Amino acid sequence: MSEFIYLARRYPLGLAGGVILLLFVLMAIFANIIAPLDPLTTNPRASLAAPGTTYMLGADMMGRDVLSRLIHGARISLAVALGATFIGSGLGMLLGLISGYVGGWFDLIVQRVAEIMQSLPLLVMALVITASLGPSLVNTIIAIAIPLIPNVARVIRANVLSLRELNYVEAAHAIGMSNTRIAALHVLPNTLAPLIVLATAQLGSTILTEASLSFLGLGVPEPYPSWGRMLSESAAEYMRTAPWLVIFPGVAISAVVFGANLFGDALRDYLDPRMGD
Amino acid sequence: MAPVLEVSGLSTVFHTRTGTVRAVQDVSFSVEPGETMAVVGESGCGKTMMALSLMRLIPSPPGEITAGSVRVAGTDLLKLDEPTMRDMRGSQIAMIFQEPMTALNPLLTVGKQIAEMVTLHEKVSGRAAKERAVEMLHHVKIPEPRRRAGEYPHQMSGGMRQRAMIAMALACKPKVLIADEPTTALDVTIQAQVLDLIDDLRQELGTAVVLITHDLGVVAEVADRMIVMYAGRKVEEGTVAELFAHPRHPYLQGLLNSVPRVGQPKRLQEIAGTVPPLSNLPPGCAFAPRCPSAVAQCRDAIPPLDEKRPGHRAACWVT
Repeated sequence: MSEFIYLARRYPLGLAGGVILLLFVLMAIFANIIAPLDPLTTNPRASLAAPGTTYMLGADMMGRDVLSRLIHGARISLAVALGATFIGSGLGMLLGLISGYVGGWFDLIVQRVAEIMQSLPLLVMALVITASLGPSLVNTIIAIAIPLIPNVARVIRANVLSLRELNYVEAAHAIGMSNTRIAALHVLPNTLAPLIVLATAQLGSTILTEASLSFLGLGVPEPYPSWGRMLSESAAEYMRTAPWLVIFPGVAISAVVFGANLFGDALRDYLDPRMGD
Repeated sequence: MAPVLEVSGLSTVFHTRTGTVRAVQDVSFSVEPGETMAVVGESGCGKTMMALSLMRLIPSPPGEITAGSVRVAGTDLLKLDEPTMRDMRGSQIAMIFQEPMTALNPLLTVGKQIAEMVTLHEKVSGRAAKERAVEMLHHVKIPEPRRRAGEYPHQMSGGMRQRAMIAMALACKPKVLIADEPTTALDVTIQAQVLDLIDDLRQELGTAVVLITHDLGVVAEVADRMIVMYAGRKVEEGTVAELFAHPRHPYLQGLLNSVPRVGQPKRLQEIAGTVPPLSNLPPGCAFAPRCPSAVAQCRDAIPPLDEKRPGHRAACWVT
């Protein structure tokens, strides 16, 4: 407990970020209890209702409660954001590590494929992948995760290339350590700092990619709410007449991204022993 | 006593775009248990490449050990397959490097890194390995070893990190320790302490030490015998006392003349010129272009390593 208080004092921004993330996660888990109204029930008379007593954050075109949809939407948005970032970063890290450490033809192939993938926009890649897999939550996560892999792989590879020339890697060879062990013990942990920064920065773009996919009908299918779709559906049409339809999902997305960045920064500092004293 | 390290005819080359670089050529020497052998020479003369060849840590490609043998307690390291060689590193032959500031992983505690080394070579429990780490830190005279074992490298000074490196290198009691300029990056008082430490441990554990340095003061202080390297070749060999008193090769004479001495207020003499590029060596003696006493023969043929005085061999046509 005293450890926690110490950390909270040392990383106040990280604590704030952690609290924001935690709140959203709790909101997603207890959506059924927290949400004041059913997120799927339509009400023609409440179409585009302004924020008020019944509809605290207003209602959308079909008269569905924006607040309840936001609370339920946290499930899909967080699942997609965290899932895709986790899978994409994990695979990217593995590829980057092998590519940088082993080098040779494996490196050559991985890097050329990564270049091809990077020359396509994230959305187009995700579109092609979902179009072939079909719309569902899991497929959306996969579709968004795959285009993330090359970015992560390249950053990690560059980092590994510089790490493997370091003296302690050479020293590890000199005491008889095997390559696999050196990669796992000496190289991999030293790539975590850039990976955390990269992963938290990717969180926001994954939510937005999911929004675009859903908007095109290739993401998580209607009528289940996701923040991204709530935002993208209404941004064009209702920005002037019912701005709450745009503002609140936007705020939710920004808050998660902001919280993740703050938390990621603090986590990176915390994991670096040089910042410890 | 039988030598524990026997190097004979060792040659290492690097295949580069501009041609083949002969980093080490036909180097032979042997070291007995508990003996300190110094390898001296200026930067770029192949000392470090020779050391890395002994450990088989030459980056390959482009490096290649083309000839010779490196026997540690009778086993030829150059004939082993890679997994067996890996087992030898650390347990039979270990190496410490020049840069103590970067030779430890910043993300792991010093104790963990030494313990890792122990578990690599011996079937011991994690707890026993930790204990050994503390014991080794105590051995290298780090105060409060138990607390220090739990610290990260950045919490230690350069001298202390070099001690930790020595502790790691000696944790599995290797028969041979190669120290590649272990004190170059340290300040003078710490240098003396680290050298004393290596010397104490050598006596205590009977480790044979190959000390690579360009500091003749260090050689005079701790080494028993020395070899002088120039442009990848051994040019002179003998006991330290003999070589310092009667240097025969003009290169060693030049090196000794360029060291300041207390009580002899005379101008220091430099050796003119620099080491020739190893990819483009002159046909005769590599030192001939810089040598004050070179004759025509020096430029045509490589001088053989002859016994000039008892136990003192030098490769020079003139002296």
